[in-house]
Amino acid sequence: MSAEPLKIRMEAKNLDFYYGIKKALNKVNIACYENRVTAIIGPSGCGKSTFIRTLNRMNDVIPGTRVEGAIFLDEKNIRDPDVDVVELRRRVGMVFQKPNPFPKSIYDNIAYGLRINGMRDKRKLEEVVERSLRGAALWEEVKDRLDENAFALSGGQQQRLCIARALAVEPEVILFDEPCSAIDPIATAKVEDLIENLKKRYTVIIVTHNMQQAARVSDFTAFMMLGELIEFDVTDKIFTNPANKLTEDYITGRFG
Amino acid sequence: MKQAARKKVVQFFGFFLLRACLYLVLAVLLLFLYDIGKKGGGAISWEFLSQAPRRGMTEGGIFPAIFGTFLVTLLTAILAVPLGMCSAIYLNEYARQGRLTRLIRLSIRNLSGVPSIVYGLFGVILFVNILRFGTSVLSAGLTLGLMTLPWTITASEEALKTVPNSYREGALALGATKWQSIRTNVLPYAVPGMLTGTVLGLARAAGETAPILFTGAAFFLPYLPKSLGDQFMALPYHLYIMATQHHQIQQVRPIAYGTALVLIVLVLGMNMTAVIIRYRLRRKQR
Repeated sequence: MSAEPLKIRMEAKNLDFYYGIKKALNKVNIACYENRVTAIIGPSGCGKSTFIRTLNRMNDVIPGTRVEGAIFLDEKNIRDPDVDVVELRRRVGMVFQKPNPFPKSIYDNIAYGLRINGMRDKRKLEEVVERSLRGAALWEEVKDRLDENAFALSGGQQQRLCIARALAVEPEVILFDEPCSAIDPIATAKVEDLIENLKKRYTVIIVTHNMQQAARVSDFTAFMMLGELIEFDVTDKIFTNPANKLTEDYITGRFG
Repeated sequence: MKQAARKKVVQFFGFFLLRACLYLVLAVLLLFLYDIGKKGGGAISWEFLSQAPRRGMTEGGIFPAIFGTFLVTLLTAILAVPLGMCSAIYLNEYARQGRLTRLIRLSIRNLSGVPSIVYGLFGVILFVNILRFGTSVLSAGLTLGLMTLPWTITASEEALKTVPNSYREGALALGATKWQSIRTNVLPYAVPGMLTGTVLGLARAAGETAPILFTGAAFFLPYLPKSLGDQFMALPYHLYIMATQHHQIQQVRPIAYGTALVLIVLVLGMNMTAVIIRYRLRRKQR
């Protein structure tokens, strides 16, 4: 890691989250640095997916949920009433757990985000589609069949398509919600390489239940349990010399 | 081994029973169609389809009834299709899912089970008397429209529910507004199902007698309806008269069967259209 000071891009401060009366997040504080990969690990139901979905306010669409605390993107609290959630989601992209290509052609999938923002210029669209697919290391595999339905792709290809689709709208932060849990090991390796590459241009935050994956791809790791942040530190430190007993028990496989 | 053999026998009888049930239903249905086809087929001719009844409805054709049914079904569609689809979109996509929404949904489900004669009486009170539309194409079309609405809404909502949530979330996560996500990523995949349900509802409306009985259908008219304020003849009502109310009931029996056949073919045709629309749209998406 370079010596220059790291810039915090996104930060949750004292974040509480409720599903109805059930509290899912309790006073969570996590800072995510620019051009770094931050991994969120923890046992099932610890609130890691809930946490990542608050960062682009995807939880807003679930009825009966409530958030307290602050989430900063740069210096702006994204929960302020004057924040345009549509614009926020363009700036903070998301890749979901299960690949969710739309039942359209590969080309139309990638162009979707641009078209809903009013882009009509065909040349520009083609350019962005190619750049995004290259960015997601999928171009060589699909360049001759952009008209084909995205469902014809394999699971791993579909997930990279979803990454390309997210890249096309040029976000600043990309959220990965367990992106490899539904794809095979070879495809997983490709997505991991990709994440490694993406951090050169983006701030990356990844939720994973795979500790090896967190160790491989991330620079910082947050360990969560039962809705609380247990430990947050440089990944090497978390995996070699954790400060908290619970973290140690989890990464050594004593529970989880 | 004995155990395995027994399981096979049980399975054989299980399948046999299920298959027998299906064949029984099919047989009844085919017998019914065959009977109407045989007795009504002889009456069908170009004259029968294109001319008005003559000589106290003992001769001639049923064109006014076909025309009337077509007209009133069209009016039903104009009312029930857009209103039903839009209500379903609101109910499924926008409305906050709470107790009130559940109550509304339950009421709609119940309305689709209300007997059609009740709609007929309601139509008389509301459209014919209170709104003073008289017994007319308009009153009958509105009554049938009301009757079809719960069907259209329910079918459309079911179609919307089959669109995976990941399409909606995926679009929102790319910076789409809610409406953009619905218009570009939900409706295109729901519309085939919505249309199918809607056309099935319309086909049912086209065959209904009770709702139009008091609201606009006429026993016999020497002319076609010229405006929405006129009365009209309709296939189901014509059939009812020919089968039960005519003074020379033996003599007009072939006409009654012919009318029944035309009505069945019409409804079947509409249902087939629904199937074809769905097939076409589905294939276009692949």
